[in-house]
Amino acid sequence: MQENLVINNTQNLPVYPKLNYLNNGHTVSSWLLTKDHKRIAILYLLSVSVFFMLGGIYAGLIRLELLTPKGDLVESGTYNKLFTHHGILMIFFFLIPSIPAVLGNFLIPIMIGAKDLAFPRINLLSWYLYIAGASFTLWALIQGGVDTGWTFYTPYSTTFSNTYVIATGLGIFINGFSSILTGLNFIVTIHTMRAPGMTWFRLPLFVWAHYATSLVMVLGTPVLAITLLLLVVERVGRVGIFDPALGGDPILFQHLFWFYSHPAVYIMVLPGMGVVSELIANFSRKRIFGYTFIAFSSIAIAVFGFLVWGHHMFASGQSPYAGLVFSFLSMVVAVPSAIKVFNWTATLYKGSISYDTPMLYGLFFIGLFLIGGLTGLFLGAMGLDVHLTDTYFVVAHFHYVMVGGAVLAYLGGLHYWWPKMFGRMYSEFWSKLSAMIIFIGFNLTFFPQFILGYMGMPRRYHAYPEEFQVFNIFSTAGASVLAVGLFLPLFYLTYSLIRGKAAGDNPWLLPGLEWRTTSPPPTENFIETPIVTWEAYEFGEESGLYDEETHHKSEVKPVSLFDQN
Amino acid sequence: MAAHIEVHDAHGHIHHPALQHHFDNMEQQKEAVSIGMWFFLVQEIMFFGGMFLVYLLFRSKFPMAFAVGSNHLNMWLGLLNTIVLIVSSLTMAMAVWSAQTSKRNLQIIFIIATMFLGSVFLGVKAYEYYDKYESNLIPFSNTFRWEPEGEHLIEERKMIDEHAAPNSVEREMVANNYYQFGNKVRIFFWIYFAMTGLHALHMIIGLGIMLWLLYGAIRNRFSSEYYAPVEISGLYWHFVDIVWIFLFPLLYLLGRHFLE
Amino acid sequence: MRENVVGDHESASRGDESIVHDHVVPIPVYLGVFAILMVGTALTVIVAQFDLDKIFTGANTFVALLIALVKTSFVVLFFMHVRYSGRLIWLSVLGGGFWLLIMFAFTMQDYLTRAPGVYH
Repeated sequence: MQENLVINNTQNLPVYPKLNYLNNGHTVSSWLLTKDHKRIAILYLLSVSVFFMLGGIYAGLIRLELLTPKGDLVESGTYNKLFTHHGILMIFFFLIPSIPAVLGNFLIPIMIGAKDLAFPRINLLSWYLYIAGASFTLWALIQGGVDTGWTFYTPYSTTFSNTYVIATGLGIFINGFSSILTGLNFIVTIHTMRAPGMTWFRLPLFVWAHYATSLVMVLGTPVLAITLLLLVVERVGRVGIFDPALGGDPILFQHLFWFYSHPAVYIMVLPGMGVVSELIANFSRKRIFGYTFIAFSSIAIAVFGFLVWGHHMFASGQSPYAGLVFSFLSMVVAVPSAIKVFNWTATLYKGSISYDTPMLYGLFFIGLFLIGGLTGLFLGAMGLDVHLTDTYFVVAHFHYVMVGGAVLAYLGGLHYWWPKMFGRMYSEFWSKLSAMIIFIGFNLTFFPQFILGYMGMPRRYHAYPEEFQVFNIFSTAGASVLAVGLFLPLFYLTYSLIRGKAAGDNPWLLPGLEWRTTSPPPTENFIETPIVTWEAYEFGEESGLYDEETHHKSEVKPVSLFDQN
Repeated sequence: MAAHIEVHDAHGHIHHPALQHHFDNMEQQKEAVSIGMWFFLVQEIMFFGGMFLVYLLFRSKFPMAFAVGSNHLNMWLGLLNTIVLIVSSLTMAMAVWSAQTSKRNLQIIFIIATMFLGSVFLGVKAYEYYDKYESNLIPFSNTFRWEPEGEHLIEERKMIDEHAAPNSVEREMVANNYYQFGNKVRIFFWIYFAMTGLHALHMIIGLGIMLWLLYGAIRNRFSSEYYAPVEISGLYWHFVDIVWIFLFPLLYLLGRHFLE
Repeated sequence: MRENVVGDHESASRGDESIVHDHVVPIPVYLGVFAILMVGTALTVIVAQFDLDKIFTGANTFVALLIALVKTSFVVLFFMHVRYSGRLIWLSVLGGGFWLLIMFAFTMQDYLTRAPGVYH
């Protein structure tokens, strides 16, 4: 059987493959007109990083303004624009595309043993739509910005706001189709392109999570698209389907908006859960506990996520009966999330855990998502939510889920697959340091906001009573620490591209299909079509990973990559 | 037993020229595009669905205004367009059939027929829009006037008063405040234009697709071996037809029985 | 169990089992569906002229939607070949409809349970 092994982890010095997707063409058009899912993923990586940075700058300005109780840095109108821009950029142009379009795009075809996504040209089109939508939005922001909040609530957005609502709305509308097409591509790819032997229950959980995410994208995003279209036309044409003065109904806008935007939360966090499932199982070197439960809990989250949108509207004039139903269903949607957390914890039990950088992020995710999720239950309980609506408690809650969950999972995934994507290893010291700084900075930023919110500090104001200042100082201090932590990867990851040691095909010694091709992979992913004969996360002798001569099985990382210097 | 990666020989046979490199065979490619189209249609269902929800809500809020607005539409033109679209669905189905049975000339004929019917639909639609413009029923315009002229006026007002449910907010507005009522009729017309406009946009895109199919059919690209493009274009066309099947009764017919 | 799975790979192909089947629908079926659609259209127009709301409120709309649904089913099943397609296609059609119903039902459960005068 030995001769059949494609991977060869007995070498002590990993080599960088001569032919791979990165050096297959160096012209600008070989990148901008590429149909290779891996190159498109890199395009996405660059563009979402830009938007993450932009959104981060807005966040920094918000925190700076909130350092003091008086509105002394910016005036209220500017502040409204700051948090609106922060929200729009982070949600629509970073969080939603980040994991699916970067990691999912890169890895799904490789994980299932395909040469590419089912529709490579549509994949490229997705990226262009993303860029077009982003340009539209950026243009609006540069022209003068938007001050409606990322939620565009009517009738403020349709009638009263004097800002660039139309251009921003169109930008997000266009960007929505990028998301829809990505989801469509993933669904079809997972259905039709799996390598021989790659049955549904041999798929890595990352793929399951992306399947569920794609369903949400395809089913939810069009509703946002039509809603924004209606909003834009209403603003242009002054016909009032959302404006109560003209007979319209502003709550209808909220229903339509949250029908997408609540499930959109799952677009952001479900792929993160997929990444974390990979991290926990692989760095515990154990088959994941409750594979089918985790797989189906992703689908359950995608489905139940559509039934709970009304919990954003408890204080909006929605009927108490509807509030009750939405409140109850919000409790129900916590169940599949909890199933995941329990299964991850059970996977850790008696695993041979190694604390590599990606695993640190994985563990952080579990802790922070737990806090974010449980505080979500507070907010989902209708009675308590009336007290907490529109306070910093809400802000802290969704940042624990979005940053503590989705962003950390994204960073974890990026660190985990970085050697696969670029064939280079980054500095272990700096990456661990950065992970720790991010963790500390994040908690320092957002934990005080729970207290602030509970004390009653409302969100979306640029000034606040003086007794809230202490916690705001903590929060701003934390934001600075967080910023340092988030900037570090920019440097050491870029440095690794230039000076990093060749990572080798399988630096973490893992059984997944993506580790059985070269790093970086060739353009067609696999020289020969793989036939899958192993289960997911199979760390036993059967996985073919460990041969008799070297007995690598018990070692965490036989190929030392950094400590050689 | 050890797991291993084997050579999967997919290159034993000659490829069809339309086979893209990342697919193993035509069957896989056909499945992919078919499933892709179906999920795209699911996306379309939700896209139009948002609009239908708007319709549902306002229809249940302002039933009388909707009935009045609906009676301003020309039912016969709507009926004509329904028939035109159903026939075009048949010709589209036949175009797929001709591709499946490798009949090039029939394909061309049926595609042209479908395009012709689609254009007739759009022409009638354009005439209707023009008619609404003439009657000052464009909801965006400042000259919007919902009141019918001449002898119809009395009849319609009577109809509104008779049918307004007792004890309802509706009745007061109908009786006392024709401005408010006018806003509601205006909302009906806004929804009418939004829904039919979105539908017409899909028709125009459909005609573009047909043009591309026609080119392919003339070049004899489609046969029983390879007809997925015709098939999925057909799916799209039928979907647009289905939307109209719902739009026709919901927009044109809903107030007819009040005239009885 | 393991041996079983490995055994399957000898003739393995990618992805799910065949979902889309080549099936040429005979022309008489198309013509039949066309006739049904025409009859349905005529029926919708005729029924709309009578005030069925006397029977129960919204009866006119109910009948109109029922006819539209029947017409849709015929288009979907025959013109769009769903009758001859695999489970995934069925699932996507039904799923799309179901999600639409979720959106309608969960929005209307709010409006229909508002206090009197607030909505109605």
